[in-house]
Amino acid sequence: MTAAQLASVAGVAVTGMNARADNPGPGVAVARCLREGRHFSGRIVGLGYDPLDPGVYLEQFCDAGYLLPYPSAGDEAFLDRIAFIHDEQGFDLMIPTLDAELPGLVRLAPKLADMGVRTFLPSATQLELRNKDRLGELAEHAGMIAPETKKVTQAGFFYRCQEEGWTYPLVVKGLFYDAQVARDPDTAAAAFHRIAAQWGFPVLVQRFLRGEEVNLTALGDGEGNLLGPVMMRKLGLTDKGKAWAGVTVQDDRLLEASQSLVAATRWRGPLEVEVMVDDEGRYQLIEINPRFPAWIYLAAGVGRNLPEALVSLAFGQQPDKFIDVAPGTLFIRYAQETIVPLSEYESVVMRGVRRQPMPHADGEDATGVQP
Amino acid sequence: MDDSERLPRRAVLARLAISESGFVFDPTTGHSFIVNETGLVVLRRLQAGSPMRDLIVTLQDDYDAAPAELERDVLEFVGSLRKLVDAQ
Repeated sequence: MTAAQLASVAGVAVTGMNARADNPGPGVAVARCLREGRHFSGRIVGLGYDPLDPGVYLEQFCDAGYLLPYPSAGDEAFLDRIAFIHDEQGFDLMIPTLDAELPGLVRLAPKLADMGVRTFLPSATQLELRNKDRLGELAEHAGMIAPETKKVTQAGFFYRCQEEGWTYPLVVKGLFYDAQVARDPDTAAAAFHRIAAQWGFPVLVQRFLRGEEVNLTALGDGEGNLLGPVMMRKLGLTDKGKAWAGVTVQDDRLLEASQSLVAATRWRGPLEVEVMVDDEGRYQLIEINPRFPAWIYLAAGVGRNLPEALVSLAFGQQPDKFIDVAPGTLFIRYAQETIVPLSEYESVVMRGVRRQPMPHADGEDATGVQP
Repeated sequence: MDDSERLPRRAVLARLAISESGFVFDPTTGHSFIVNETGLVVLRRLQAGSPMRDLIVTLQDDYDAAPAELERDVLEFVGSLRKLVDAQ
């Protein structure tokens, strides 16, 4: 995509503006990448779910912030809200960044397109392939192995699982999100109930692996090509196991496995491949996330601005050639406060909107709110 | 025991980024560690492909230590090095 074409993109809406220090969503980092894009200069609209999602208020990254209804409110409520925000902000592209949003957005992509909102997402079939209960199948595509995973529907399993050859510690996982290492049956049963309440059934149990995690993020172009890969090993973790610091690496086995995976699935859209190199040096596929990771700013930091490249792909254009990535560049995350006037917070709580007022001649803004 | 059993794999040694300060970075695993001045000399010579026997002879010229003591220290060093870099 030429610089002029990218510069003509009016705006991009990005979800996942939550940014709790122990488990941040990727949205703020995606918005930051777009803001620092070499050619993209359109508006950035941050979409969150909670009035305390900080990205909604961060003017340096988002020109406006809006709250969305939770997916449980249904497709109609979601589409109505997007239509309202689109009328106000006129964005051309939406980049979802949360796992739980993906199934709905893949389903609604044609309706969004009718509205003039593009997406660049995997198909429903591709999305199902990366479900955690099909990890083994996916690992085969990539020439890797995957830790044994089993669906669990009753907490009683954790008290008799040793009879079936399972040992503690083990990992209790939600089908779409969340994971907890459990070292005894009581902890596992509690994790099972918590995850089931939040994410539904089935809950998964996975063998615990000892080793080192290495991750790759990239774009799949939908034709079988892996674009702009950036690999990272975590150097520091939060209590929830999320990266607090990491360093770029050049792991050829991970790269080849990811290329095979994208070629086999013809993956379309962003992805994060999470692999554990176990104590025996085997590459075990832990997860494929169908979105940018929260550490995506590292990619822009080493010259591969994948969110900006996604804008090109969404408009049917090839992104600029990616520069080589030298291993040995670190990111270190930090937490800081943003200051929010009560009036802005009130606006987000009451109307789910933070933006510069757009005054009409009668002194009211576009939504009839007195500025 | 020959060098291939004692030393880290040649490909692993070759990829290490070794700074003058003694900071060593493995670009494949992301691991980093620090070696002292003597370790830096040993590591650089190993990276250049120097066999252990030649390395020990060379060190005898530079360091005032008994050959057996020198050999023991070098073996201990390469043992630690293997643990640090040879996992992958």
